[in-house]
Amino acid sequence: MSALASIRPDSWNFPLLVHVLGAMILVGTTITFVVAELAAAGTPQPERMRRFAFRTLLFVGLPALIIMRVGAQWLYSKEFDGASGDDPSWIGVGYGVSDLGGLLFLISLVLAGFASRKARSGLGRAAGVTAAICLVGWVVAVWAMGAKPS
Amino acid sequence: MDLNDWILALHLLSAFALVGALTLFSILIVALWRADEPAKIDAFMRMGRIGNVLVIAGVLGTVLFGVWLAISVDGYAVWDGWVIAAIALWAVGSELGRRAGVAYGAAGARAHEAIAAGANEPSPELAATFGPSPALRFHIGSSIAVLLVLIDMIWKPGA
Repeated sequence: MSALASIRPDSWNFPLLVHVLGAMILVGTTITFVVAELAAAGTPQPERMRRFAFRTLLFVGLPALIIMRVGAQWLYSKEFDGASGDDPSWIGVGYGVSDLGGLLFLISLVLAGFASRKARSGLGRAAGVTAAICLVGWVVAVWAMGAKPS
Repeated sequence: MDLNDWILALHLLSAFALVGALTLFSILIVALWRADEPAKIDAFMRMGRIGNVLVIAGVLGTVLFGVWLAISVDGYAVWDGWVIAAIALWAVGSELGRRAGVAYGAAGARAHEAIAAGANEPSPELAATFGPSPALRFHIGSSIAVLLVLIDMIWKPGA
């Protein structure tokens, strides 16, 4: 209950909005990407669907990832000064998932770019599966941010 | 972690499902802007089914777990101004989203019927729906309402 009962200073609200909204759009974009990549082969024009998937991740997902990460760092700088060095475990979960997810996201983006340019369905599926793994991690991160396990 | 922490986590996951679905729908609307080709519309609208599942989970989960939290957590009450505002905005957003879904869903069904009948001729009627139509206004209104709920949840005015 400590997380719910705590009073948040007003100065944290805007960075929190930036972080949460960026994360929500990132999750929605990644869901769109995964569905488009994995469903592309079953559509009449798979190349069009793979191009759509790549552009979605590049033009919406990547900015959302950056906004989410900047918001997280901004909020962290206000909430924890970093001097004590004993952050709660949910911060570790958040940063770990964010950094690993970011790496997988970029791998997925590169794979999707090649799949779109070279019309390679295998690369497209690999990009979709990689992004799906990201999604699972981000769901765990959202749970950790909400439940804040000690 | 106690029960309220779990409820908060489920409330937050529901909110992610809701905004995630709105993001998916927004991307589809941009991708299908003024589209008149039934085959393209049919292929893209199939992705909307995932959005439909997410939006139902998000709409129900946010209000169910949100009201539960407002009752359960000391210091908050369902009749607090910011909670009432959130519920009112949630209702407005849900209804506008439902209307957008009905309009876009009907256009998607028309595209699917055309493909099933072996026709893929450009349709001005479909292009009108996927342009600046009432469906788009409903979707934008729903998205703004949900954004206002998020702002209300973070700032909690009057709490």
